[in-house]
Amino acid sequence: MSIFYFIAFLSILFAVLVISAKNPVHSILYLILTFFMFTIQYVLLNAQFLAVVNFIVYMGAILVLFLYTLMLINLNKASEPVKSNMVKIAAVLGGGCLMVVIVAALKALGVSQPVLLKNPELGLVKNLGKILFNEFLLPFEVSSLLLLSAMVGAVLLATKDKKTTV
Amino acid sequence: MESFFNTVHAVPLNHYIILSAIIFSIGVIGVLIRRNAIVIFMSVELMLNSVNLLLTAFSVYRGDATGQVFVFFIMALAAAEVAVGLAIIVMIYRNTNSVDINVLNRLKW
Repeated sequence: MSIFYFIAFLSILFAVLVISAKNPVHSILYLILTFFMFTIQYVLLNAQFLAVVNFIVYMGAILVLFLYTLMLINLNKASEPVKSNMVKIAAVLGGGCLMVVIVAALKALGVSQPVLLKNPELGLVKNLGKILFNEFLLPFEVSSLLLLSAMVGAVLLATKDKKTTV
Repeated sequence: MESFFNTVHAVPLNHYIILSAIIFSIGVIGVLIRRNAIVIFMSVELMLNSVNLLLTAFSVYRGDATGQVFVFFIMALAAAEVAVGLAIIVMIYRNTNSVDINVLNRLKW
């Protein structure tokens, strides 16, 4: 039980470091650590399929894409001007108010039941695959269409076009 | 095996909701305080991930696998979003030589 709180503390700590690190490369590395903590949470919930997908897709593919983009556009550290302190304080106040509202709404609900795993087969690949290919077959196929169009769009946007660039 | 997982995480559902709310708020604050477009994108990823964790927790709580299938779709959507978004950022950098979002205020008024 206490491992949940330890992992939760670490993920909050790394998430704060993501948004407060000056160098964007450090931000990405902290983001990788945050996603690793989320993977551990999925393992604790016995959602094995999601843990593996989170590990491969998020930590493997998406963050490597971020790092490559950062390498391509070659930011030097001094290029990011900071926002004024007024805007920062207002932003932190706004985000804090959002969190307080959610937590206060939760307090009105009273004490909740603990999260217990009733069916140990729930998050396994076999069970999820059966559901995915029976009830969710159409959304699955549509998501393949989405990925194809995103790939075409990304290639189209990122290639150099002589007519539009000056 | 089952008893192992149940002893490990006899965590109240509220604590999962509070954790997700905190991470989501950190993502919102990150979008608001940073000016680098890539860091703003990473904050959006943080928000998506907190929602994923909450959906998984509810799925285990209710004993219904639909939530985990939904998380899978969100991950596919996030991959598509990141590919297109980073392509747009590269294009912006090529045109304006910076990824500072305050340069991009032509659509402001």
